[in-house]
Order: sequence, then structure tokens, then C-alpha cells
Amino acid sequence: MSVALSAVDISRALTRIAHEILERNGGPDSIVLMGIPTRGAFLASRLANSIASIEGREVRVGTLDITLHRDDLRLRPLRALVPTMTPLGGIEGRNVILVDDVLFSGRTIRAALDALGEIGRPKSVQLAALVDRGHRELPIRADYVGKNLPTSKAQSVKVHLSEIDGVDEVLVETTEG
Amino acid sequence: MRHLLSTADLSYAQANKILDTAKEMARISEGPVKKLPTLRGRTIVNLFFEDSTRTRISFEAAAKRLSADVINFSAKGSSASKGESLKDTAQTLQAMGADAVILRHSASGAAQRLASSHWTTGSVINAGDGTHEHPTQALLDAFTIRKHLRGGTGDLRGLTVAIVGDILHSRVARSNIHLLNLLGAQVILVAPPTLIPLGAEKWPVQISYDLDAVLPLVDAVMMLRVQQERMNDFFFPTAREYSHYYGLNSDRLKLMKPNSLIMHPGPMNRGLEITAESADSARSVILEQVTNGVSVRMAVLYLLLAGAPNEGGDLI
Repeated sequence: MSVALSAVDISRALTRIAHEILERNGGPDSIVLMGIPTRGAFLASRLANSIASIEGREVRVGTLDITLHRDDLRLRPLRALVPTMTPLGGIEGRNVILVDDVLFSGRTIRAALDALGEIGRPKSVQLAALVDRGHRELPIRADYVGKNLPTSKAQSVKVHLSEIDGVDEVLVETTEG
Repeated sequence: MRHLLSTADLSYAQANKILDTAKEMARISEGPVKKLPTLRGRTIVNLFFEDSTRTRISFEAAAKRLSADVINFSAKGSSASKGESLKDTAQTLQAMGADAVILRHSASGAAQRLASSHWTTGSVINAGDGTHEHPTQALLDAFTIRKHLRGGTGDLRGLTVAIVGDILHSRVARSNIHLLNLLGAQVILVAPPTLIPLGAEKWPVQISYDLDAVLPLVDAVMMLRVQQERMNDFFFPTAREYSHYYGLNSDRLKLMKPNSLIMHPGPMNRGLEITAESADSARSVILEQVTNGVSVRMAVLYLLLAGAPNEGGDLI
């Protein structure tokens, strides 16, 4: 088990992503950050705080539960639903930025795109991920990446955030057998 | 848990999980696109040996919003009217590949019988069995009360709910008594002595024969339908007398607390157990109960059917 990103690395990466988001979208007004629970939701609110401190203005932020749109529901034990919270004003005509912790197969993001369609029709959808570990199974890429972590499929990437895990770090574990 | 047969089978955590899931389903039902791919490819059979409009349609709407395929079976105009048994009907449906059977039957315990048999491998959901239970109705009632009086979260501790009318024949009452108790609400049964079942004094409820004395105490009143089709005996002298003592009318409306709710599982006998004025008053949540019914049934179908088949779709 090795530490791929420390607390300082995570903080720097998020600050950079915040700047990139602002640069690409020309300020915070057209943006809606939608975090994918559990950890993506915390990352989205951190990005929102970061953007607010850079611009001195609030940015819209919400959460998007994708469980009902997953294509692997029958393959795994039942998952509980998490509330979806759409910010005031909705996502209609806005630039939605999906925020997740780890980008892996891309299936979560496919489900998220479907889940967004249920709320409204955004002007564009972009993707921010703290870690991109490769091994995509679908034609999906991230617009903003905290760190590219080349991994093998036998490894697992664990993101820990202080909001629920008590500590900020990204670990890479090699599972035995 | 693979089946939903009775609210008495539910744990506190399971009941809350169903209500929390229903809240998310309600959000989707209010959105612009009322359709989810969640149960695509699953087949759900509505097996109704007794007449029903709202329960069957509600389950059908719930299943369709989750993209399941729905087959409706009603005893009228089917081989059941030629004398086919529950067993043969269930095995036929099994052969067609039903993932869940929603059963309504006039015999108490029919859903339990089907679930414990090997006639079908799917989940069994009790949509009313005789005078025994109707669990999804109780769940939607609890959901409605929670939404109005508890801001949509938590349990029902501290609330008092009166269930008024034909308790004896009511599966809705039995399911509600279990569930309301589980969620911490106080239940008062109000009915003429002839319509209170034997042994009810051992239930975790208070019993009253005086509606006027009870109404000022309650946060919600559930008016039960007078089930004329089950009234083979004389339980009260006349409909007018019943209405006089146990009907909810405009005078009784004035006795109720300001924010209290008027509920009815439907279909209503307007003018008998409830006057049109009460049913249509601002406190009435009767139509909302119907709306919430779809969300609650979506939650139940999701929790029972969405998980890996062999792991049985654990509610918890």
C-alpha cells in the first residue's frame, strides 16, 4: 500500500481544478457543480468553496445520485439511494460539471449522464475527477484531472477524505491473489 | 427479505429504509422525466383475485416508471373463474418467468402461502389478503403522515393517529397498527363494539367508542371504508346511525387540531363514513395518498428486485 496523494497534494490539485473550471467557463455564473455521492459530493463542495474564495461569489453546487441508472444493479448487492439535490435554478441551460473521486471504467459517469437527463437539459456537461486510474470500458474522458495514476487492474485505489474518513489521502493497494 | 407480506415482518430500520427510498422515488415522480431504467428486463405480475382499481393501477404505474414489464391478471375473465387454483395459476406465471408477483386475494394468508411454496421463485408482494394485511397501504399512509407532520424524515414518535370504522374487516387497519407502532406513533381505534375484533384489547392500541372524544387528540384520522361486501351480518342498525356516530362530517372537522390530517385508503363511500365536505377539505390528504402510493410501491419494487438475484435483494 502506497500513498499516491497526500493531503497537500489533494488540496493543490483541487485549487488547480477550480482555476481550470473558471478559466474554461469564463467565471462561476454559468456553472453548476454536481458531486456524485459519496466522496464526489464532498469534492464538489470543496471545489465550490475554492471557487467562491477565488471569485468572491458563490457557485451553484448539488449532488447527483446515480444508483437507479447503474447497469450493474443485478450484479451486486442492493445499494441504498442517496438524496439528489439540485441547486436553485436547476441545471437547464447551464454548464454542469460532474465531480467524482476516481475515474475508472467510466460506467458511473455513463449512469450520471442518464441521471442528469432526468433533471433537465444542461448546455454542456464536463467531468472533473480527483484521480484518473485508466482502464476505461466506455468512450468517456475527464476534462479536469487531479492526478493520472497508471494502475493495474489488480490494484485498487482508495480515496480518503477528512469529511468521512478523518484524513485526506489517496492510497494505491495491490490486492493479493 | 425477499417478500413483503406483512408490516409485522419489518424492522424499524427496514421501514425507515422503505420510506427514505420512497422519498427519492417521489422526487423522480415530480421531475420532467418520470421514467427510470432500473428494472429493465424484469417481469412483474399483478395477480388480482379480488377487485381493485387504485392498488393495481398504482403498482402498475410504479413498475412502469422503473421500466419493468407488467402483466395484469385479474380473476374475472381468466381461467380462475373456471376454477383454476392459486397454485396452478402461480405455476403458470412462474413458467412465463415472473420476477415478482403482486398478489391480492380474498383469503387471509394467501400471500404467505404463495411465498412459502415452491410455486414461484419470484418475490411476493402482498397487495391485500382477506382481512389480514395490506402492507403497502400502511407504508404510504406512514409516508404521507411523515411528509406533512415530520418534514419528510425520521419516525412518527409523539404523534397520535385514530383509525376509525370497520376495524374488524380491515386489512388496512391491521397493517397500519403494526407499522404506526413500529414508528413510535400512538394508535387509537374508534368503532362501534361490533366492528372491533375479538382480542383487540391485547393489541398495542387504545380503543374508544366515542369519535367526538378522540378527534381533539389526534394528529391524523384514518377513515376506513364501510365494507358492504364483507357485511354478511348486522354490525350496526342502519347506515344513517353509523354515519351519525362514526362518520366524519363538518361538525367533527371543527373538533380537530389545526394541522391534523384527514386520510382515507379509498374507495370512499361519500356520505357514509365521510362527508364530501370533509373529503374535500383543506386538511384532506386523500388524493395525495394516491400519489404517494406510487412512490412507496416504486421503493418496495426497487428494494425487493434491484439487487443481485441470488442474494435475494436484501432490504437492508
